[in-house]
Amino acid sequence: MSSDGPTPAERFLRGILPENPVLRQVLGICPTLAVTNTMEGAVTMTGAVLFVLTCANVLVSLIRPLLKPHLRILVFTLTIATFVTIADRLLAAFLYDMSRQLGPYIPLIIVNCIIIARCEICASKQPVRTALMDALGQSLGFGLALCALASVREILGFGTWFGKWLGWRVLPVGLSERVWAPWTVMILPPGAFIALALLLGAVNWATARARARKEA
Amino acid sequence: MKRNPILDAWLVIALSAGFGSSLAAVQAALKPRIEANKLCDTLGQVPVLVTSATRAEKVVVGDRVYYRALDAAGVTVGWVVPASGQGFADKIELLIGLDATASTITGIYVLDQKETPGLGDNITTEAFRRRFLRKPADVPLSVRKDGAAAAHEIEAITGATISSESVVAIVNAALRQFAGQLRSGAIRPGGIP
Repeated sequence: MSSDGPTPAERFLRGILPENPVLRQVLGICPTLAVTNTMEGAVTMTGAVLFVLTCANVLVSLIRPLLKPHLRILVFTLTIATFVTIADRLLAAFLYDMSRQLGPYIPLIIVNCIIIARCEICASKQPVRTALMDALGQSLGFGLALCALASVREILGFGTWFGKWLGWRVLPVGLSERVWAPWTVMILPPGAFIALALLLGAVNWATARARARKEA
Repeated sequence: MKRNPILDAWLVIALSAGFGSSLAAVQAALKPRIEANKLCDTLGQVPVLVTSATRAEKVVVGDRVYYRALDAAGVTVGWVVPASGQGFADKIELLIGLDATASTITGIYVLDQKETPGLGDNITTEAFRRRFLRKPADVPLSVRKDGAAAAHEIEAITGATISSESVVAIVNAALRQFAGQLRSGAIRPGGIP
C-alpha cells in the first residue's frame, strides 16, 4: 500500500528534524562521536553516508518485489557493503588525507544502523522516488547533527572552523590564556560525549516545550 | 512442499556476482590513483623516517620496490622499505626506515590500516611507532606484553596484541627479505655515493 503514509516530500522533511536519525532516533552514534572533532571529518562522513544511503535505498526499492522475507536483511547488508566499499575506494583516490584520517570509520558505515533501518522501514516497501527522498532527508539530518557537533568541538578545541580546508580562525591566535585557552578535551572522545549529551538535551527540551505549547 | 534453498537464494547469488564484478571494476579503475597517492605519501615520509635524507630514489628488485634515501650531496644515508601483511582486520601497509648499513631501524610509518578503532588503530600513534626506534634490523624482533627488556623486544599495545604482533611480523618478514637482497648483491649497498 505504497499510496498510504507520508508523501516523498514529507519524508524528506521528516528526516531533517522531526525524525532526525541522530537527534531523534539516536542511531549511528559511533561515527557521530568518532569523526566530529573537525568539520572536515563531519562533512566527509556525511558525504559518504549520503552516497551509501541514497544508492542502497534506490537499489533496494528497485528490487523490492523480488525480496524474500527471510533473506531481506542479507540482501540489505550485501548492497550496503558494496556501496561502502565503493565510497571507501573513492575517498582513497580523491580525498586521500581524509581517507587516512577517517581510517576504519568509513568501512564501519556497513554496520551503521541508519542505513539498514531506512532499507527496512522505507526502501523495501516504497517506490523509488519515495526511497530517494527519504535517503536525502535522513542524510541531511545526519549531516546537520554531525556539523552541529563538529562546529562546537572544533571551535572550542582548535579555535578554527574548517581549519584544515579553509583555514578559518574563529578565535584569534594571540588570545591571552586568561581570556580563552583551547579546550583540548573537546577534541578528545570525552568532548564528543559531553557535546552530544548537551545537544540531545537541548533538542529534547525544545521538543517538550513545543508540545506543551501546542497542548496549552 | 520442500523448498530448494539454492533456488530460494537466487537473488542473493545474482546480487553477489553483480556486486563482486562491479567492485572489481571500481578497484581496477581507481587503483592507479590510489597507488599514486600512496607513493606521494611515501616520498613525503622519507625525510621523517631516515635522518638527514632529503630525497629518495626508487630501487626495483623483481616485484619488490625499495627506496634509497639520499642526502643533499647524493650519499645514501638510509633505506625505506615498504611492507605489508595481514593485520587483525585487514591488510596493514607499513614503511620501515633503516640506516645506511640497514642494521638499525630509524622509523616506522603506517600507510594503510583498518584495525579496531581505539585499540588496534593505536599502531598509527607516535607512542607505538617510537618503540621501533633504534631497534636492530638484523635480528628478528619479538613482542612482549609486559614491557620490552631486551634490545630486540617490542612492547605490545594493551588490548591490541594481534595488531602489535602483526606489525612486528610484517617488519621481520620485510627486513629479512631486504637483507637477503642486499647480501646477494641485487641492491647496491649504502655508504657509497
